[in-house]
Amino acid sequence: MVRFILRRLLQVIPVFIGTTLLVYYMVFALPGDPIAALFGDRQPPQAVIDTLRSQYHLDEPFWVQYGLFLKNLFTFNLGNDFTGQPIAASLARVFPVTAMLAIEALAIQAIFGVAFGVFAGLRRGGWFDSTVLVASLVVIAVPTFVLGFVFQLVFGVQLGWAKPTVGANADWGSLLLPAVVLGLVSFAYVLRLTRASVSENMNADYVRTATAKGLSRPRVVLAHILRNSLIPVVTYLGANLGGLMGGAIVTEGIFNVPGVGNKLYQAVLRSEGPTIVSIVSVLVLVFVVSNLLVDLLYAWLDPRIRYDQ
Amino acid sequence: MTTPDVRIDEANANGNKPLLEIRDLAITFKTGGGEVQAVRNAHLTIMPGETVAIVGESGSGKSTTALAAIGLLPNNGRVSGGQILLDGEDIAHASEQRMIELRGNTIGMVPQDPMSNLNPVWKIGYQVRETLRANGRPSGPEDIAKVLSEAGLPDAKRRANQYPHEFSGGMRQRALIAIGLSCQPRLLIADEPTSALDVTVQRQILDHLDTMTTELGTSVLLITHDLGLAAERADKVVVMYQGRVVEAGPSLELLRNPQHPYTRRLVESAPSLASRRIQAAKEQGVDTTDLLAPAAEAAAADNVLQIQDLRKVYKLRQGLGKATDFAAVDGVSFDVRRGTTTAIVGESGSGKSTVAKMVLQLEKPTEGRILFDGVDTSLLKAQDLFKFRRRVQPIFQDPYGSLDPMYNIYRTIEEPLRVHRIGDSASRQKKVRELLDQVALPQSAMQRYPNELSGGQRQRVAIARALALDPEVIICDEAVSALDVLVQAQVLNLLAELQSNLGLTYLFITHDLAVVRQIADHVCVMEKGRLVETGTTDEVFESPQQEYTKALLNAIPGAKLMLPPEVA
Repeated sequence: MVRFILRRLLQVIPVFIGTTLLVYYMVFALPGDPIAALFGDRQPPQAVIDTLRSQYHLDEPFWVQYGLFLKNLFTFNLGNDFTGQPIAASLARVFPVTAMLAIEALAIQAIFGVAFGVFAGLRRGGWFDSTVLVASLVVIAVPTFVLGFVFQLVFGVQLGWAKPTVGANADWGSLLLPAVVLGLVSFAYVLRLTRASVSENMNADYVRTATAKGLSRPRVVLAHILRNSLIPVVTYLGANLGGLMGGAIVTEGIFNVPGVGNKLYQAVLRSEGPTIVSIVSVLVLVFVVSNLLVDLLYAWLDPRIRYDQ
Repeated sequence: MTTPDVRIDEANANGNKPLLEIRDLAITFKTGGGEVQAVRNAHLTIMPGETVAIVGESGSGKSTTALAAIGLLPNNGRVSGGQILLDGEDIAHASEQRMIELRGNTIGMVPQDPMSNLNPVWKIGYQVRETLRANGRPSGPEDIAKVLSEAGLPDAKRRANQYPHEFSGGMRQRALIAIGLSCQPRLLIADEPTSALDVTVQRQILDHLDTMTTELGTSVLLITHDLGLAAERADKVVVMYQGRVVEAGPSLELLRNPQHPYTRRLVESAPSLASRRIQAAKEQGVDTTDLLAPAAEAAAADNVLQIQDLRKVYKLRQGLGKATDFAAVDGVSFDVRRGTTTAIVGESGSGKSTVAKMVLQLEKPTEGRILFDGVDTSLLKAQDLFKFRRRVQPIFQDPYGSLDPMYNIYRTIEEPLRVHRIGDSASRQKKVRELLDQVALPQSAMQRYPNELSGGQRQRVAIARALALDPEVIICDEAVSALDVLVQAQVLNLLAELQSNLGLTYLFITHDLAVVRQIADHVCVMEKGRLVETGTTDEVFESPQQEYTKALLNAIPGAKLMLPPEVA
């Protein structure tokens, strides 16, 4: 098991270099001049432009820029962005917010998705199942920005149950509404996945045997149907965590959440290579770690899976 | 629905009162096409301590009847008439709560397939413990170990800490028997408890089950498709056919003097009883050519296949890059004469299928030679190999898995002709029609897909496909073991007929000695990769030399009942 984890962590190195190189190159190849963009319509003196260019190494060739970025990264000095703020500090501000939002959204998906999915799967074709299926289809079909604005208007403004926007001081409570919106779409998928998995496992031979042993219905469901049904759901949730940590540009935009999505969007608009690549580097780590966690969870859920061989 | 409050005191229940009585039982399934009656007017009585077997082919309603007795009918099934009396209490419509009380404690179950009936994610010990606990019995580690070791599981304490996938099929079935009997139920429902196991393992398990139920005084309702097994193990046999009980009575009586036409057919075609049939036929001087057809001409014929010192070694990985050699096939030599049937018998893991794969050139031998018509097959170049494949064709075990579900029957049978560029489309169509005639399938089958055919029909398609290229040798890898007895008999007769008409040579891989007796001229017995005994079928069956062969022969269900004493 330890060997497996070590091997997986070693895989981070090529993945990391590959992704950052690719992203860095794409930013490098973006049309437009980031320095000119900084000044908007005004035309700064050429001397200022040249100073800024050399300060941010924009006059260097691609490999040198990328090499400098790696050097900075490994000395834990990410440098400054184009507004002069240290990148490390702004990452430290946005990532916790997005992490909170992602965890909250993931919890909502996992808890409600699995619970509703189990009930729907156990009584396939019943009224609960049919209602939930139609409702989840609606949620999947409606675009996030519509859902976001509707929730903001109804729960935030008209009913006043939650703050309509988050603003600078994000906490668990104020992030609840965007988390619900963010979680809803995947909630529908988790529900359908659980439902399908449960209704398939329900007819498994070992479930019938468990019933024949004289176990009560709740025990049969919890010990013999649920655990076996969770394996595909866990895969989906794990893959989803990475996506959620990447920030939800639309949702963060609607609710004015100062998270990764917002930051990344602005950085892309400004062609701020170092900021974009720094964010991507962290995301690569998040993806690798969450995939590793999923694999470990697998082995725990299904003892037939062993990684040592 | 209310539960009748008639519970007879347990002490009174012994005596002459039946433990389980099924009266006029009718079971209905709701399907897409309306309601289907799966069981009607079923009658059955089990006295305390008695073993009763229900025999029938798949779809006869035998399992459905048994499942109704423990309240485990599938969701779309219901008891639509009659009574199931357990100690006089009608449990046909008992509440779920009442059934939960009865299951485990009063009625235990040993299910059919040990591979799918244990939950793969829980340890064996856990699955025993929850049974004990749910039925209010002590469930400490000692109790779990006791239950498992009583079911014949060695080293039970350590085994309890393992997962099902770390167990062999036989061990899993022992664990399931342990679970079924753990709460000492008064009735045990055993649904084909050994049909998924090797014959020798099957015998051990059934012996053990017998001992345990006798000691505990448990009544057993045994479900099986094997009449020989039923006759050997049960006091009474109930024969079911198309949802009805067609005949019932004491085992031996029913076997010797079957009344209903279906029972008679079953007795005639039961493979485990075939040995006696041939024996008897010989004594009476009756011609048995339909079963041993080409034996006479065979003597003069040449060897089409010569297997010489065949060895196949696999590397088993053992972590840290180390590997040990495992000889799946170890120094096997035998000849196959043209126009005869040679059977390779053995348990799973004996290497018999590996031999078949090597003969088919699907696996490369590590050492040794396979001569086909005197030519070493390992020296064949790509083009010669292509021609070789035309002359040697396989029929595989699983008629569900070996036909492409997306190909209709015509395309399936025509494909080898097309691949080998034989004839034009008109002549190929003519050929397919002839082939369908040969395997007794209607022409209308051409446009159908495998999922629209029964298991027996699919196996006929597989045979037609194998015959398409007019091969000389057909390798049958467990070609009939997935089929019901009656269908099995039909397919075996078809194979025998084709052999005498077309002069085919069969290499028959099987674990079922009863089938061997019906079809083979020569037998090779394999054990752990080695050939332990060879000879003509009569020699091997009448005077087996090796202990292993004797054990295999003894393990045929009903062998003891049927064979003359000097053989059994």
